[in-house]
Amino acid sequence: MVKSWFNKILPSLGKQHKEEKKSPVPQGLWQTCSNCKEILYGPDLEANMYVCPNCGHHIRIGARHRISYLIDHDEYKEISSELKTKDWLSFTDTKKYKERLSDAKTNIDETEALISVHGKLNDKDVVLSVFEFRFLGGSMGSVVGQKFVDAVEFAIEKSCPFICVATSGGARMQESLFSLFQMSRTSAALNKLKSKKLPFISVLTDPIYGGVAASLAMLGDINIAEPKAQVGFAGPRVIEDTVRVKLPEGFQRSEFLLKHGMIDMIVQRSHMKDKISGLISKLHTG
Amino acid sequence: MAYTYLEFEKPISDLENKIESLRDNKDNDESVHQEISSLSDKIENLTKEIYEGLSIWQKVQVARHPHRPHFSDYIENIFTDFDELHGDRLFGDDQAIIGGLAKFKGNPVVIIGHEKGKSTEDKISRNFGMSQPEGYRKASRLMKLAEDFSLPIITFIDTPGAYPGIESEERGMSEAIAKNLSIMSGLKVPIIVIITGEGGSGGALAIGVGDHISMLQYSIYSVASPEACASIVWRDNSKAQEAAEAMKLDAKNLLDFGLIDNVIDEPLGGAHRDTKKASSLIAKEIDDNLKRLKEIGIDELIEKRYQKIMSYGSIQK
Repeated sequence: MVKSWFNKILPSLGKQHKEEKKSPVPQGLWQTCSNCKEILYGPDLEANMYVCPNCGHHIRIGARHRISYLIDHDEYKEISSELKTKDWLSFTDTKKYKERLSDAKTNIDETEALISVHGKLNDKDVVLSVFEFRFLGGSMGSVVGQKFVDAVEFAIEKSCPFICVATSGGARMQESLFSLFQMSRTSAALNKLKSKKLPFISVLTDPIYGGVAASLAMLGDINIAEPKAQVGFAGPRVIEDTVRVKLPEGFQRSEFLLKHGMIDMIVQRSHMKDKISGLISKLHTG
Repeated sequence: MAYTYLEFEKPISDLENKIESLRDNKDNDESVHQEISSLSDKIENLTKEIYEGLSIWQKVQVARHPHRPHFSDYIENIFTDFDELHGDRLFGDDQAIIGGLAKFKGNPVVIIGHEKGKSTEDKISRNFGMSQPEGYRKASRLMKLAEDFSLPIITFIDTPGAYPGIESEERGMSEAIAKNLSIMSGLKVPIIVIITGEGGSGGALAIGVGDHISMLQYSIYSVASPEACASIVWRDNSKAQEAAEAMKLDAKNLLDFGLIDNVIDEPLGGAHRDTKKASSLIAKEIDDNLKRLKEIGIDELIEKRYQKIMSYGSIQK
């Protein structure tokens, strides 16, 4: 008893490392909900899949957490994890793109903004791609595009459904047209998946904008959003600057998308795995 | 409309003005004629010199030149018997993208392109070439029509980007663009894409997936407009020039990167100096490639297009 309590507040170094890789929120015993500002007990929040027990706010989480919530026993094989960007443009803004990449790698211990895995979801074989927002805003460059396409191709090879959990600021500016063309690339791969009658479940999580919204994210056979996720083509600031009116309350949120016919359903994080599993059991009977 | 010179064309405009004033001169003797002729030669050499050394930012300015030919000019000069087809059959008729049936060298084709508009009124009704979702849905409807009747598709790209508005979002801008990318990757007819002016972001790509992609010499194509990129990356949209240089968004660079298939030369001093010549150069590009693509069987064409789309990436081997 004492030992388990001790482990709770003083996890072993190795475990802490894994937790850091998983969690987007500062590790601490007490955390504040970014929505209702309620002070929450860390382990309770984690047990609640980072959904605020007070207001139901779905706190942004990292890709590894997502995978652990969807893949049985958190056991999976990663696809194309070794790919690296070639900075063909030698892009430099206030900082070199190469430095931005290596900083991101160091800071969050991931190699890119997308992780693709093969594993089981409620005992069914699936391929899952998950965006990591903490890696350069989850932006889509060549490697993200390639890892996505490789995952789709892998699903075709294994004849299993494909799921993507997106969260992204859009196409990665630093790779310019290379990034833009990842939109057609990922869309073409999904078109091929469809021709093989394999379902694509697109899970929309806060936030998704630009080139990722206007390609893979909106192409699900089923589009599912977490509550209150912000999803749109143009960012609210750009729209406000263009049309010079105040944007309506809840603009571009999941509930807005549902009302305007852009998504099939809104599903709570805690129900997501079972919902996906149920949908797959109807679309993929082979 | 008075001719607009770009800032870097000032030396050219000075010489043009000199010629004008000589022409106005009453004593129209032989020496004046000679001077005009020598000044004209000078202009030609100077134009050549200036245009050969254009910086990326200067190319952006040429791509956006107020006199740059539009899709409507190319329709008139390259195609015959154009029947404009309106509407997306779902919501409306977006005038920022126009399209329809036409004949190219006597053969029917489907043409689709952005139209920025000419007069102020026209520009407003066409929303300066910034489409709403309806424009992309009209485009996809016309592409399906082309497929149903086995007609090749030729698209003309010239847009600052898709329109960022409240209604665009309500009517699913993201879905409209995404759907086109998916559809175009598998259409069972040849698709030729020509970037004639500004290739701005997803709004350009939404009619830009095809078997052969060419750019006019002084056109541009990028993930975001230089201003948008500057505002995202530098958090300062006055850094547009730096953003344009960093994105290497001109035709020559993009050809070197293998992201486009060909650069179509423009007449001396840019397409706006000679719309007819620019049109005939584009027509030749269309003709050469249509002939080539028509020889390829449909299954092979789609497989090649898929491989082409898959080849775009900047990854360490």
